[in-house]
Amino acid sequence: MASNKTYWKNLDQLDSNNVDLKKLEENEFVSKLPEDFLSDEKALEKSITSRRDFLKYVGFSTAAATLAACEGPVIKSVPYVVQPEQIRPGVPNYYATTIADGFDFGSILIKTREGRPIKVESNPDAPTLGCANARVHASILSLYDTLRLKGPQANGKDVSWDNFYLQTEAMLKALAASNKEIILLMPTLPSPTSQKIITDFISKYPNIRPVVYDTISSDAALNSFEKYYGKRALADYDFSKAKTIVSIDADFLGDWQGGGYEAGYAVSRIPNQNHGKAEMSQHFQFESNMSLTGANADYRIPCTPADQKNILAYIHDRLIGNITGQLSENLKSNADKAIAALKKSGSKGVLVSGIEDEIAQAIVLAINSHLDSEAFIPESPKLTRQGNTKEVLEAFKAIKAGTVGGLISVGVNPVFSSSNGSELEKAIKELEFSLSFTSKINETAEVSQFIAATPHYLESWGDYEFKPGHFALAQPTIRPLFDTQQFQDVLLRLAGKSSKFYDQIKAHWNESILGSSSWNKALHDGYFSNETPQEEIIPDFTKLNIKALKTANSDGMSLVLYSKTGMGDGQQANNPWLQEFPDPITRISWDNYLTISISDAKALGLKNINTANGALNGSYASVTVGTQTLKIPVLVQPGQAIGTVGLSFGYGKRMGLKDEMQTGVNAYKFYRGFEKVQNVSINLDDGEHEFACVQLHNTLMGRGDIIKETTLEIFNTKDKAYWNVMPQVSKNHIEFDVTSPEVDMWQEFDRSIGHHFNLSIDLNSCTGCGACVIACHAENNVPVVGKREVRKSRDMHWLRIDRYYSSDSTFEGDNETKDSISGIGDSLNTFGEMEQAAANPQVAFQPVMCQHCNHAPCETVCPVAATSHGRQGQNHMAYNRCVGTRYCANNCPYKVRRFNWFLYNKNDEFDYHMNNDLGRMVLNPDVVVRSRGVMEKCSMCIQMTQKTILDAKLKGEHITDGSFQTACSNACDSGAMVFGDLNDKKSKVAALHNDNRMYHLLESVGTKPNVMYQVKVRNTDEV
Amino acid sequence: MDKVTNSIKRNILITRLKSFFLPFIILISVLLTQKIVAQEVVIADNSAAVQAGKKLFNANCAACHKLNKRAVGPALKGVSAKYDKEWLYTWIKNSTAMVKSGDAQAVAIYEEYNGSVMTSFPQLSNLDIDNILAYTDYIPPAPVATVKAVGSSTSQMSGAGVSNTLILIALSLVFAILVTMLFLVQRTLMRIAKLSGVDITPQVKPKRTPIWLAFVQNQFLVMTSVILLLLSSAYFVYGFFMQVGVDQGYMPVQPIHYSHEIHAGANQIECKYCHSSARVSKHSGIPSLNVCMNCHQNIAEYNGEEDLENGYTKDFYTKEIKKLYAAVGWDEENQRYTGETEPVKWVRIHNLPDFVYFNHAQHVEVGEITCQKCHGPVEEMEIMYQYSPLTMGWCINCHRETNVKVESNEYYLKIHEALSKKYGVEKLTVAQMGGLECGKCHY
Repeated sequence: MASNKTYWKNLDQLDSNNVDLKKLEENEFVSKLPEDFLSDEKALEKSITSRRDFLKYVGFSTAAATLAACEGPVIKSVPYVVQPEQIRPGVPNYYATTIADGFDFGSILIKTREGRPIKVESNPDAPTLGCANARVHASILSLYDTLRLKGPQANGKDVSWDNFYLQTEAMLKALAASNKEIILLMPTLPSPTSQKIITDFISKYPNIRPVVYDTISSDAALNSFEKYYGKRALADYDFSKAKTIVSIDADFLGDWQGGGYEAGYAVSRIPNQNHGKAEMSQHFQFESNMSLTGANADYRIPCTPADQKNILAYIHDRLIGNITGQLSENLKSNADKAIAALKKSGSKGVLVSGIEDEIAQAIVLAINSHLDSEAFIPESPKLTRQGNTKEVLEAFKAIKAGTVGGLISVGVNPVFSSSNGSELEKAIKELEFSLSFTSKINETAEVSQFIAATPHYLESWGDYEFKPGHFALAQPTIRPLFDTQQFQDVLLRLAGKSSKFYDQIKAHWNESILGSSSWNKALHDGYFSNETPQEEIIPDFTKLNIKALKTANSDGMSLVLYSKTGMGDGQQANNPWLQEFPDPITRISWDNYLTISISDAKALGLKNINTANGALNGSYASVTVGTQTLKIPVLVQPGQAIGTVGLSFGYGKRMGLKDEMQTGVNAYKFYRGFEKVQNVSINLDDGEHEFACVQLHNTLMGRGDIIKETTLEIFNTKDKAYWNVMPQVSKNHIEFDVTSPEVDMWQEFDRSIGHHFNLSIDLNSCTGCGACVIACHAENNVPVVGKREVRKSRDMHWLRIDRYYSSDSTFEGDNETKDSISGIGDSLNTFGEMEQAAANPQVAFQPVMCQHCNHAPCETVCPVAATSHGRQGQNHMAYNRCVGTRYCANNCPYKVRRFNWFLYNKNDEFDYHMNNDLGRMVLNPDVVVRSRGVMEKCSMCIQMTQKTILDAKLKGEHITDGSFQTACSNACDSGAMVFGDLNDKKSKVAALHNDNRMYHLLESVGTKPNVMYQVKVRNTDEV
Repeated sequence: MDKVTNSIKRNILITRLKSFFLPFIILISVLLTQKIVAQEVVIADNSAAVQAGKKLFNANCAACHKLNKRAVGPALKGVSAKYDKEWLYTWIKNSTAMVKSGDAQAVAIYEEYNGSVMTSFPQLSNLDIDNILAYTDYIPPAPVATVKAVGSSTSQMSGAGVSNTLILIALSLVFAILVTMLFLVQRTLMRIAKLSGVDITPQVKPKRTPIWLAFVQNQFLVMTSVILLLLSSAYFVYGFFMQVGVDQGYMPVQPIHYSHEIHAGANQIECKYCHSSARVSKHSGIPSLNVCMNCHQNIAEYNGEEDLENGYTKDFYTKEIKKLYAAVGWDEENQRYTGETEPVKWVRIHNLPDFVYFNHAQHVEVGEITCQKCHGPVEEMEIMYQYSPLTMGWCINCHRETNVKVESNEYYLKIHEALSKKYGVEKLTVAQMGGLECGKCHY
């Protein structure tokens, strides 16, 4: 029933005389709407734009924009005038060449498209150094660096080469006439033809003194080897032949003595069946910093540099001498274990050391010689380090004293990379003549009178001798982008020769290297071996005085300087790929930092904090070495030896770098006298540093289904069911394997026909080197997002290498701790404790990319079906279909999907290589560059598998195993990643799929991935 | 698109009109052929040697020599006047030996042509050479006849152009006659009616509701038509938006007027002769200019059919060939490359978005699909245009319908067998081979 009641909401309403209220009641809106908003400008200015107006504007402008966008752009196509015979648009060409920048050496293949190099690959046929590390993979981007020098300069002004020659020749002649010495400072250049050219040059200008300068020195090892084996070189090692590897501070999976050992090491790490029993090498690592090598070791014993020397002496004594060395109890037990293993292995044992001390290095040689180690190859030593510290220091002294007339620096930057750079800078300015050969402006070139712009190595000719009789050739893969000339060509011209470097190489090779072999073949292959059997040298170690091993007292803190996997000696600091490359151990990009042990950090009040959004912050420390003090951010590093701190080279450069790349502090300032170990004092400083760390959770917390691992003994004695447990699920109170079709809720795809791609990753042979990460970047046009974005966890790496620490001393211990938790209260406490890594944790690496699940959770939640499943096992991602809901990323158990939060190309906010024409030349034309608002992820390099299939169809051939590759499996020199067709029953990957060690990541989720892992087996006694 | 249909319509119109004027055309051509025949007869009369010489010239010499113009070798008109006949015999049979022997004339000519060696023709007899020389010396007589022939051919050619206006005039005349006739007939009828006393004043009809009012009053009709109107407009709006970005019929003006009709049609050059990378690469490739010069080094002027209506005269085409020479840096005068090049900036017609991967080799070589399947009747295109819509629906449809060429391809051997068993069919479509999967084209 209707009622006559009057409802009121304001007392004034009851007053019928209230005119204002009446007016309000009549009108819908309190104030009149502006109606003439478009016709009357004044009214428009006065009026406050209403919501309606706003909608009108939006509607109008959207419609206008839509209509304007209907017209497509006119695209021009410019063919060659005369097309080179070997170039066919759309078909890549490969060239074999060689990188030798004084720090990294290797035989590589360069993939070029339409004449521009786009990717570096290892040269698998090359017998020596045929593997490319992360830096070599990234070096292709340095070719397209916008900050490269465009031409020669004299006194800060651009000049022509003719003018340059005129001026420099006059200077050289004047100095030669007055017989003033000129220092020719070069990096290690094991190039037969270059050495000839330099000799010729010196014969023309006898006042020139050549000095070889390794930025990071291996002087002690060189001196030692020279003393006992008569050649200034470094003994080579083949770890694949080793059963016991003892390393005392030698980061041989990193840059120790030039690196390049991971392939051989990985071979020895795979448990191979031998007479029904699996065997693998056992690796002991005594070190102060947590290195990549240490992380891979079976036994890692953190110890100070002083202790390392004691251990080395102790091992020597126990193995060879009769004197009983002294050692502290804890170290002794570990050292004894190592000695026992060495003794047991006999000639299959090897000992290496990175201690920068001549006597220590001599001990290493003596021990290996005594063991008659098969892994030790002194008869074919490496020539990739030649630096002579004594000569360099003398030269620096002479420059500073002003007793020399000039300095020619070739590809080295002593002002930046020496401890007293500022003094050197002043002295070089005072010199009568200074000439710097460099491809980019740097601190030394800046103060030099003349700068000779040199080409990138991919634009250059060159020949190298890595080991006696092992030659390599470098050839240009692109014409010089800028007006540059090679150092050798300049020397030839200055020496008054008319021939070019290329002619000289060819002539020299034909004369004295190739013999009857073909030059064209050598150039095609990129290498040439002509090993003549060397006379065996039997060194005499009887005079070796172990007592002379200087053992500094271990009071106070020691700083141990090291080179990082990504940055190396810092030559490529302007390379955004390397800057964003997360360090394998710390997982931090865009920085260097002082690594310090947990207990030392606590004592000094240094902290690492996770901020509200999870990003990592660290305290600053003021670090003093001698008279130099630097303010350095601190990272608390599990596994760092107490009493030591670590700092990496290569950062802190300012010149020739874009603003974003000017990161970190310059560790060379502490590199006094080329000693990597320095006494240091550390104090807490103000402020907090913001790190860009990509992994914020460091421990595995006993989650055994992520990384499965076992020990060799269990692997040999127990069933697979014991050490590689298949998760179970209960159905009608019966337990089934999760992979059983009985408990599967999904419809199975039929994959029996055609190809079924699988990728196997062996956790035993993966060293975490990160070459795959950079190769993936290059192949798939992965954008660089910058430090700020990485800090927000928006890194775009399609492939990441997770690094886990154990919170107990072993991962096995973690599992036990987790299993023994009882009750909620206990679990909270225990899990809290388990988040902290141990002081000396076990470490495991796990490369994770899209797992290409056969039952993919991402596919079911995509509202627009942008991600779907292919019959060949790949999980497809159609970027043009994606609307960016990010449901897929949220539903992915592996967190491998990456979202484009911004437009990363042609955007000044992200001023990396994709923001300029030059940098964009590195992009792979077969892979689309993704735009903003689109989800992306690993495609299992479908462009590569499709290419392989097409090539087979064109040739009408059956595809053989090994033809299918992905960028990561191709870059994996250690053979940890194997890719192939599971339906090819004879393939390697099919065998690995049936291997007992095979498991899938998070098997219990039931996603049935097409990426599999092989259980990590540690060769330790502990259970 | 419009342009295409228009031109098609125009062609149809012209053919129809031509059939109307066929008798005239036949007449004219009969006259013309008679003239040409007459001319040929003149040559034949002149000398059998010239005829034989012409044959030999075309077979052996024409690749490098022209009559009136310098090509790879010198122009040969009146060559016998310049050199001794015996000298010519030796030269033609073995020029290299002559140069080597240091013959002054031989060396001079060798050097003038930058040391390019003339092919030796030991198979030619002295008589053959005499015939060739007769041909090169021959000056075609009867310029009067030629002029006449040219004149008549012009009248024939322009006949089509004149006829259009003629027809229009004729048609309008016919119309005018018809209208007058109608008017006259009506007047006569009126007169007859008047005379026979028939009342011809129009009857007054009872007033009815106008149809529009009836329509407005009928609500059902209004509703139905509004719905229909909305539906049809929605259909057209949808149609409009779906063709945004679809450039079917895109026919841009190119920097050089390159006629596929002449090259692929009239001269029947294989598509993949120029677009050779279609065999091996994802790109079909726009041929580089050196490929053009394979033929155009010798073809400096156009001598084919003309299309006067569109202004495609011989001169027009010859000028386009000169554009090529300018771009590639070919000095016609001296028959050598100057080295000054100017790459041609063609306008790309078939533009696939970046997110689509398309491979020509896959379709052309493996699938053995003809180029025309997607690019249309290129051999009939005077100006190249986009024939297919290049939309995803269009790709997918073809993948659904096309069978994969599995025969004699080792790669497919096992897969085909297994898949045939699975689907129970002998032939397999691309779709059944997985050709509809997103990731096959989008990565």
